[in-house]
Amino acid sequence: MNNFYSLLPALFLGVGGMALLLLGVLAKKTDTTAGITSGAIVLLIMATAVNWVVPDALLFGGLLKTSLFTRYTDTLVYLGAIVALILSLDYNKREQIARFEYPILVLFAVLGMIVMISAADMMSLYIGFELQSLALYICAALARDSVRSTEAGLKYFVLGALASGLLLYGISLVYGFAGTTNFAALANVFQQGAGAGTIAGAVFVLVGLAFKISAAPFHMWAPDVYEGAPTSVTALFATAPKAAAMALLLSVMAGPFGHLTGQWEMLIQILAVLSMIIGALAAIGQSNIKRLLAYSSIGHMGYALMGLATGSVAGIQASLIYIAIYVVMSFGAFACVIAMRRNGQAVERISDLAGLAAEHPGFAFAFAVFMWSMAGIPPLAGFFSKLYVFYTAFNAGYDTLTIIAIITSVISAFYYLRVIKVMYFDKGTPGFDRASAGVSLVMALGAFAVIFFVAIPGPLMAMAGAAAKALMG
Amino acid sequence: MNQLGFPILSLITYLPLLGAFVVATLRGDDEKVAGKARCVAFVFSLVVLVLGVYVWTQFNPAMAGYQFVEVMPWLSGINVEYRMGVDGISLFLIMLTLVLTPIAILAGHGIKTRVRSFFAAMLLLEAMTIGMFAATDFVLFYVFFEAVLLPMYLIIGVWGGEKRVYAAVKFFVFTLAGSLFMLLAVVWIWRHLGTTDIAVMTHSAIPANAQMWLFLAFLAAFGVKAAVWPLHTWLPDAYGEAPVPGTIMLAAVLSKMGAYGFLRFALPMLPQASITFEPLMFVLGVVAVIYISYVALAQTDMKRMIAYSSVAHMGVIIIGLFTFTVEGIEGALFQMLSHGIVIAGLFICAGIITARGETLSLKNLGGLAVNMPVFATALMFFTLANMGLPGTSGFIGEILVIVGALKVNFWVSLLGGAGMVLGVTYSLMLVRAVLFDKYTRPELAQLKDLTRREYAMLLPLAVLVMWLGVYPSSFTHAFDAPITAMVQAHIAALNPHTALAMVTAK
Repeated sequence: MNNFYSLLPALFLGVGGMALLLLGVLAKKTDTTAGITSGAIVLLIMATAVNWVVPDALLFGGLLKTSLFTRYTDTLVYLGAIVALILSLDYNKREQIARFEYPILVLFAVLGMIVMISAADMMSLYIGFELQSLALYICAALARDSVRSTEAGLKYFVLGALASGLLLYGISLVYGFAGTTNFAALANVFQQGAGAGTIAGAVFVLVGLAFKISAAPFHMWAPDVYEGAPTSVTALFATAPKAAAMALLLSVMAGPFGHLTGQWEMLIQILAVLSMIIGALAAIGQSNIKRLLAYSSIGHMGYALMGLATGSVAGIQASLIYIAIYVVMSFGAFACVIAMRRNGQAVERISDLAGLAAEHPGFAFAFAVFMWSMAGIPPLAGFFSKLYVFYTAFNAGYDTLTIIAIITSVISAFYYLRVIKVMYFDKGTPGFDRASAGVSLVMALGAFAVIFFVAIPGPLMAMAGAAAKALMG
Repeated sequence: MNQLGFPILSLITYLPLLGAFVVATLRGDDEKVAGKARCVAFVFSLVVLVLGVYVWTQFNPAMAGYQFVEVMPWLSGINVEYRMGVDGISLFLIMLTLVLTPIAILAGHGIKTRVRSFFAAMLLLEAMTIGMFAATDFVLFYVFFEAVLLPMYLIIGVWGGEKRVYAAVKFFVFTLAGSLFMLLAVVWIWRHLGTTDIAVMTHSAIPANAQMWLFLAFLAAFGVKAAVWPLHTWLPDAYGEAPVPGTIMLAAVLSKMGAYGFLRFALPMLPQASITFEPLMFVLGVVAVIYISYVALAQTDMKRMIAYSSVAHMGVIIIGLFTFTVEGIEGALFQMLSHGIVIAGLFICAGIITARGETLSLKNLGGLAVNMPVFATALMFFTLANMGLPGTSGFIGEILVIVGALKVNFWVSLLGGAGMVLGVTYSLMLVRAVLFDKYTRPELAQLKDLTRREYAMLLPLAVLVMWLGVYPSSFTHAFDAPITAMVQAHIAALNPHTALAMVTAK
């Protein structure tokens, strides 16, 4: 199975990233940011395409494993990164933070995500995890002259380092008690059950990953980092790393710890319930749209975790569908936030949107579509992602969990509705600047996908189902 | 495929959607676009009306099951199919929607701001409502049921009156909360039966103890939509604040969605629970009829008074549904149609007054009959129909419900019938305050009588009221088959032995 062709997408990103870096350094005099960003986008698109033709493989003595599951989640990561780069093109220039390093950092972060998603060993998992984290810390502090951005970068770094530490500690415990770091070997060992030490290790691993997906109660960094980081970077944070960390969580929980479902199931449920409740309640009082979206993403992670909580193929499938639709809604919503500029200044308060529907009907409509979809109102895509999760959770007998999820989704509908209310009902003149073509395109494509998912839901569902099967074997 | 070999129901459902898209993408200066948007929307709504009439002519009233059935794979992974179909129950509710949408669009003449969006929203609303009545898969039904909220929320919130934002949010949150409980119930039934095909769900047995919970969940969803007392509090606000076309659609069509839900799901799927909760529903219905009639009597605003009268009539419909007799249910269904048409007429009359720059406060109105004789006749006519005068459509529905209730419980019948008397009281008060009292202000003498557009709105409604009232069997003969089948199935579910005897006796 040593088929190195499977590494092609990762090689593209790594080698291409280095080449772009060289280019950027050598052409110091001229502004190469736009060119390098486009180059990075092209690399990502190529990686996405190649990703679907390379064969499955188990590489480097069981360090990396690619399958339909990794391909599915890789695609989501690529998608998130491509869109985030498109959004950054114009935004970073206007904010005067257009540095050529940014797209390269994104490429390396994506490379890290790809490695951690494909990891079949705790060691490769950790390497990928750190690669993406380090690249993202720098991204958060990209606007280095802005206090908020540097604060966000520092906060992200400190808490991220804590999470990495917990993860590494968990890995060491697991290794100490099980004697191996290989996923398949671990799964074999755990077939006979596990002792308290291993369980403790697994819990630490889970906590480390929960930090990354910002599931409550490990969510504290998210609102501050979302708010402080430049919006183009926030758009990246909300999509690609979330999808990658969620994929990692799925593959670790279903892979090496797959036989310990009885032990971790309860923990995942607690994470899910807390995330949904905090996502629903804490967002109500927010007046900053980026903070609102941060809490909303915490809530969404809760719903996505519900699928995993069932520990079945159907549950993983539901989670995968949820993540895919979440990524699309999320980048759409952030495209709208990026388009909120007045007289060359980015504005972020929800009240700044007042009267938008009269001034920019298309913009307001797209934003409303994303908000409604996040609230889970049919016939938009967000409803179906919730429906699948609720259906599988309820089918697996998690009645209380489902009822809590339904109640929190009513509560959260309230604050999504408020955004729409401000845009459509309140009087005001937002006087927003013209959005760039890239931003409008992302908005339009996102809204199109969210609206018309109802017509052809089949392909995504089938793909997610096959990916879940590939993961669970 | 179906007897036409053509997905006619999907066409009727999605054609307004196309219309909404066309309207939304019209370009040009505001004044011209407004006119064009109105025209395009009206033409689209007429075309679907014609298609609807064609479906009615091809409909076979002797059949109890679904006709014009369409089945397509949809959510393949979880075994949900795209299913559409109509039977005698849903056919006329679809027709009601089809008839009222063009009239509501005509009534939208007074909309001056963001005209394109308004007519796009109206067409969207029509599409979702028709889809909801035509869906025969529960998930599909749910999708349409909830999707109706989106355009309605905007219609109330953007083009409504003073307290529009409050009304819109209240409307949305009430309905959403209710329908999520229904979603839970649906998922439970789905888990239990493994299907969401409504025809199959209707004929499958559900354990009696679970039925109670499911019924409460349905009550939360459909009760809010149908504005069953005490879940009606969103209604006066929404009706009062919505622009006239929105009020017409809300009162005439959307409130029927709740009653339709009871008729389609709660009654046939949960027979034991329906019997258990029958007294409760009777009490709610009777309270609605009597208490809300008194509340209507105390209103000082014409629109709100009509809104409360609508809640009272919904009480009659609920009583009729829960009699489980052919007469009662047919009466309820008939009342749904009749009430839809009559209430639309009344709200149009209210809209005619506002279009002339007057408020609807009863204190500020009076004596309009002198200068506006045709308007006065129309308002009088619809008011009489609303109180159930024989010869109008209102009478047939109420009398059938009362007869059905009499078979079950004398007191329910008596108290429910009392609503007719109370209805007379507030209706006459309304007519007196608007038409016959002396002018409160001299400006009222300047008001002009109906325009041609207003004739075009009111005449078809008046004709329908008379048609329903004088020759009801052109409608009821299509109800007979599905409702008789439903009542028989209900009796069979409650008492297997009797049912067997009935079959052998045949």
